[in-house]
Amino acid sequence: MEAHAHHKETFITKYIFSQDHKMIAKQFLVTGMIMGIIGVGMSLLFRLQLAWPDKEWLILEALLGKWGTDGIMDPNIYLALVTIHGTIMVFFVLTAGLSGTFSNLLIPLQIGARDMASGFINMLSYWFFFASSVVMVSSLFVESGPAAAGWTVYPPLSALPQAMPGSGMGMTLWLVSMSLFIVSSLLGALNYIVTVLNLRTKGMSMTRLPLTIWAFFVTAILGVLSFPVLFSAALLLIFDRSFGTSFYLSDILVAGELLSNQGGSPILYQHLFWFLGHPEVYIILLPALGISSEVISTNARKPIFGYRAMVGSIMAIAFLSFIVWGHHMFVTGMNPFLGSVFTFTTLLIAIPSAVKAFNYITTLWKGNLRLTPAMLFSIGLVSTFITGGLTGLILGDSALDINVHDTYFVVAHFHIVMGLSAIFGLFAGVYHWFPKMYGRRMNKNLGYVHFWVTFIAAYGVFFPMHFLGMAGLPRRYYTNTAFPMFDDLADINVLISYFAIAGGIAQVVFIWNFFYSAVRGKKSTANPWKSNTLEWTTPVEHIHGNWPGEIPEVHRWPYDYSKPGMEEDFVPQTVPMTEKEMETGH
Amino acid sequence: METLLIIVVAILGALAIGQAVRVFELSSAIKGSDDDVNVTDKDNRTQGLLLLLFLFLFFGAFAWMVIEWDSVTLPVAASLHGLEIDNLWAISMGVIVVAFLITQPLLFGFSYLFRGNKKRKAVYMEHNNKLELFWTGVPAVVLAGLILYGLTTWSGVMNPTNEQEPLVVEVYAKQFGWQARYAGGDNKLGYANVRLVEGVNTLGVDADDINSLDDVITNELHLPKDRPVLFKFRSQDVIHSAFLPHFRVQMNCVPGSKTQFQFIPNKTTAEMRNEPEVVEKVKTINEIRAAKGEDPWEFDYVLMCNKICGSAHYNMQMKVVVDTQEEFDKWMKEQKSFAELL
Repeated sequence: MEAHAHHKETFITKYIFSQDHKMIAKQFLVTGMIMGIIGVGMSLLFRLQLAWPDKEWLILEALLGKWGTDGIMDPNIYLALVTIHGTIMVFFVLTAGLSGTFSNLLIPLQIGARDMASGFINMLSYWFFFASSVVMVSSLFVESGPAAAGWTVYPPLSALPQAMPGSGMGMTLWLVSMSLFIVSSLLGALNYIVTVLNLRTKGMSMTRLPLTIWAFFVTAILGVLSFPVLFSAALLLIFDRSFGTSFYLSDILVAGELLSNQGGSPILYQHLFWFLGHPEVYIILLPALGISSEVISTNARKPIFGYRAMVGSIMAIAFLSFIVWGHHMFVTGMNPFLGSVFTFTTLLIAIPSAVKAFNYITTLWKGNLRLTPAMLFSIGLVSTFITGGLTGLILGDSALDINVHDTYFVVAHFHIVMGLSAIFGLFAGVYHWFPKMYGRRMNKNLGYVHFWVTFIAAYGVFFPMHFLGMAGLPRRYYTNTAFPMFDDLADINVLISYFAIAGGIAQVVFIWNFFYSAVRGKKSTANPWKSNTLEWTTPVEHIHGNWPGEIPEVHRWPYDYSKPGMEEDFVPQTVPMTEKEMETGH
Repeated sequence: METLLIIVVAILGALAIGQAVRVFELSSAIKGSDDDVNVTDKDNRTQGLLLLLFLFLFFGAFAWMVIEWDSVTLPVAASLHGLEIDNLWAISMGVIVVAFLITQPLLFGFSYLFRGNKKRKAVYMEHNNKLELFWTGVPAVVLAGLILYGLTTWSGVMNPTNEQEPLVVEVYAKQFGWQARYAGGDNKLGYANVRLVEGVNTLGVDADDINSLDDVITNELHLPKDRPVLFKFRSQDVIHSAFLPHFRVQMNCVPGSKTQFQFIPNKTTAEMRNEPEVVEKVKTINEIRAAKGEDPWEFDYVLMCNKICGSAHYNMQMKVVVDTQEEFDKWMKEQKSFAELL
């Protein structure tokens, strides 16, 4: 490993086919940001359609071409936009962009390792992700349009090109892209697990791991156990589409054509999909919760409250996430008894989630809060985690789900609890670890502007959607004008779209701040936040191997903030225990 | 032209932000401080205050929405099980609103109260078993109640007991429309399969099955009040979902298999039109429609598709009418049986 540090690097090995976890983290982040711009941009386009369905938007013609003739959006492209928006945000931004960035950056740095267990596999993980992104984006340009059957791509709709144009070439590319994505995700996750288990520095016992690492570690286990199931679902779908099998298809007459498929069940696909799909929610959310634990503790200058309960609740949530997938399928006609079981397991998740929420709040109590942009985003995360989590009690209850299944109530719920919380975690992480990534500081005031506009706009977009759902408004409707009973919702949709546009514009501030600060920002010191964790003991300038000399030894847990009897209000993990501490045991 | 304009505005906006950054930078450079990157006590005060203000704004907006938008939500349920569901809904909503109203003030309140300054030091507190047990225990107990109540309701909805023989109706979905098939005098649906779809036989009903002949196929769904209806759902092509929001009914229609749902409508269309909530809603909507120059609307129950199914998914609907038994019988007599149709 020592030799590694002095390895001579060319431009290509340093910036492109890099095997250094810090560079790979930045590659994931920037790719994720580009995908995020595409995903959010798409949502703005369909918000235009939803708020002003009759209006001609020349920008639509400019961007969508034949699908936006005279500025009127084509119904198929509307469905394609919501589909690709969902796919990109869930997988490319909040899975790869979030986990890929921070697991890569922080796992070796916070456990005291020179790099990931396998730098080469890590590099492959990024390049599979890159290829997957390229294929997904290229699917936007095919003649028949991109996949449009919703991000869950339920067959038969997704299996039959006769059913909708997006189920032709666009869907093939979607499946190719997702298969590459799954490979990327598995390569990454295996690496994270092995690294955390084997490469911890001396003294870094599992109970001394920062909560970020616990979150990334459990997330990686979730990914390894659930993504292969999505792969099998995709594989069977590819077979049904291209090789005439009938895993998901039976008794179908579509566009005047009687298909010969018999005996398959589209519900099988849903079981396989949601066996990944539900853990996926926590693959997105847990890293964000890990990041906010670290950011909140550091900036509250106070130990995270109930470390063991936090670890325990991460594990409980992760375990339960595997036995709740059926709550996405209450109205598929599944056996009502099975519905009861899934209701029971789903509502149980509220217990560890409540523990987490209360522990965050208690960490703030009697703290000395330093309200950095990262801290604000973390507080925002706790707020959205609570608001969105609570409506889960409605949706997880099978009897109530009948009312609001597939309505805007669901859209409100999952965007707030998973979308907003995770994206806020991502922002908190970027603001907090930017000095570690680029050796420079981001502008604080722009960070404040970014937070406030984003936070208010985000609630402004998604909170009113609960009411749309309670009015019975189904999601994925190209326009609501076909039902006069929804006419009184038109104003609410306009309001939502205004907030969406404001929220979109606020991201320009962030992107500017990010790229400007990366090049011209003020130089950072080694430990700008006075943090305890190991990553701040490395030099500001990145070196391959992370520490110039020996890897530091760890003597204590990472949350000794404002410890009585200590001079400073933080005690890095590398500081040996004092005699008095030894005596009292902590 | 519009696009060009938007691009120009975006570029100018970006430049303006750039200039603003430079002003911040220069001004802090003059002061020789790190105030553009480091958080000062003043920032903590401002941001803490903003967090507190946000709480008031948030709760104010919440109250406003609850009052202002109460009228847009669905009116009282028009089915017996729907009333049960609505009770469960109200209690669950009550619980989550209370939790919401307790936790958000704690979060934003603490963020304001404990905003930092250089003189203070935080309290060192790792954990507190009693406290943690308390907030694990309380949600667990509340949840146990909600789960029990929820499961009882669910089981009642999904396994209805029959005092009366239910009226059997098949609801048939295809891109992009619905049809209904009544079981006729024998109350038995004849065998059907998409492979038998031909000409006027749009549902693929088997003409050789004796039970088929008295089946009645319609393009409008009529239901008698106060009689259980057993819906059998089929789909011809992709997955659709039969959503009847006013009755609190939703069930997917899955090609290759049959699903079902049974319920009792308890308000005729005429009665529902006279519900005060509905009268109010229709009035509001007709004002909106008049302003746009559209025809006035009269309330009707509706069956809509609630599973993405293709380009016209947003307009896949069928009118539903709840009649008195006499009206229903009269309507039924006017319909052609399957035998007559052929």
